Amino acid sequence: MKKWQCVVCGLVYDEAEGWPEDGIEPGTTWDDVPEDWVCPDCGVGKEDFEMIEIG
Amino acid sequence: MNEQAPIVIVGTGLAGYTLAREIRKQDKDVRIVMVTADDGVSYSKPMLSTGFSKGKDAGSLAQAGTEAMAVQLQLELRTYTTVTGIDTNGHRLLLGDDSLAYSKLVLAWGADVIRLTIPGDGQERVFPINDLEDYRVFRKALKPGGRVAIMGAGLIGCEFANDLRNGGYEVEVIAPSDAVMPSLLPQAAANAVQKALEALGVRFHLETVVERVEPAGTGVTLFLANGEKLQADVVISAVGLRPRTQLARAAGIDTDRGVKVNRLLETSAPDVYALGDCAEVDGHVLLYVLPLMACARALAKTLTGEPTEVTYGTMPVMIKTPCCPTAVCPPPSGAEGSWDTEQDGTDVKALFKSPEGDVLGFAVTGRFALEKQALSKVIPPIHS
Repeated sequence: MKKWQCVVCGLVYDEAEGWPEDGIEPGTTWDDVPEDWVCPDCGVGKEDFEMIEIG
Repeated sequence: MNEQAPIVIVGTGLAGYTLAREIRKQDKDVRIVMVTADDGVSYSKPMLSTGFSKGKDAGSLAQAGTEAMAVQLQLELRTYTTVTGIDTNGHRLLLGDDSLAYSKLVLAWGADVIRLTIPGDGQERVFPINDLEDYRVFRKALKPGGRVAIMGAGLIGCEFANDLRNGGYEVEVIAPSDAVMPSLLPQAAANAVQKALEALGVRFHLETVVERVEPAGTGVTLFLANGEKLQADVVISAVGLRPRTQLARAAGIDTDRGVKVNRLLETSAPDVYALGDCAEVDGHVLLYVLPLMACARALAKTLTGEPTEVTYGTMPVMIKTPCCPTAVCPPPSGAEGSWDTEQDGTDVKALFKSPEGDVLGFAVTGRFALEKQALSKVIPPIHS
C-alpha cells in the first residue's frame, strides 16, 4: 500500500485507508481511485498528486 | 529565432514549478532554465495560511530545495537573479549586466501584495505575507500567545485569522467592508464564516480602517477610524494582490489588470507567454490554484509542439477556514438571478439561480461544504 500527496495542499491519500467519505473503500489503490476524484481539501485533480514514500 | 536557446521560465512559485513539471511529462529533453529573484525553494503558497493548524513552520512548509528540483525536473535554476528587462526582438531576458537567450519565455512571476500607506512609526511591525520568505520573517517576529491584528477580511485575512487562533494567538481583524470576503461570498455565507470565526475567538472590526500605527512597547497601537484603539504585537497586511505587470509593460507587452494573454497563454510579444497570478487570461484574472493548474497543463503542450488552448471546468474556490469549511463558485459577473439560501446556524447552502431556475453559482459552508463536488458538476463553467 502506498501513500500519495497533494502537491498543492499537502493532503495525503493513504491507499490502506481509502477515503470512505467519498465512498472510496480502504485498500483502494491509487489507480482504482476514480479519475474525477479531487483533493477534498483544495480541489485539485488526481494528476496533481505525487506519490510519496510509504510512511 | 534561436532554436538552441532554452525555454526560460521566470518565477519558481506554484505556477513556474507546475509548468516545469508538466513540460517534463511531455518532453524529457527540452532545455529549461528557471530564473527567480528568491531562493527558489519549492513550496505551495496556499499552505502558508495553514502553518499553525498543521503544525508547520516556514522550514517544514518548504517541499524541496533548489538542488532537488533541478535534479528532479532536469533543469537549470538561477536563484537570487533579478530580471531587469525583456528584449522581445532579440529574444533575450535581461538580468542586469547579464542576459539570457530564450526560445520561449514564460512569465510566472506572480502578484504583489498591495501595500497601504498608513501614517505612523509602527511600520516595521506590519507584515505583508506573499511568499515563504515573508512567512519566515513573520513567524520569527511572532511570540507565542501574542496578539495579531490583520488588516483585510478577504480570503487570506480570514484564513490567517483561523490559523492563528488555532495556533493560540489573539486575533483582531480590521476591514472596511461590512462583511467578510465581500467580493467572493453572498451575505449568508459570509455571516456564517464570520460567526464561526467569532466563536473561535476572532474579534472583528468591520466598516472601519486603520488610520495610524504607532510603536507601543515591543508592539504597536492601531488607531482605527471609528475611534477604537487596538494593541498588537504584529500586524498582517492582507488587503489584496495585484498582478505584476511593470516589466512586461516596459518591454512593450500589452497589459491591463494583468499581463494580457489569449487562451494559448500568448502575450502580445512573439514567443512570450504568461500564466498564474500575473496573467490576465482572455480577460480573466483568477488568482487561484485551479486556473493555474489548467494553464500549466495547456501551456506545457503548447511549448512542446502541440498548441493547446486552456479551457476551464467549474472551479470552486476552497476557503481554508476549518472552523467553518467553505467552498464557493461565484456566478458570472452581471448574471441575472438571485440567491436561494438554506441555512441552519453556520451551515449555509446558497444557490444562485437564474430566472429560469438554472444554478449558476453556489456558496456552501459548514456541513453543506461536503456538497461542493456534487454542485460543481451541475454548474456550467463560467470562464470556459
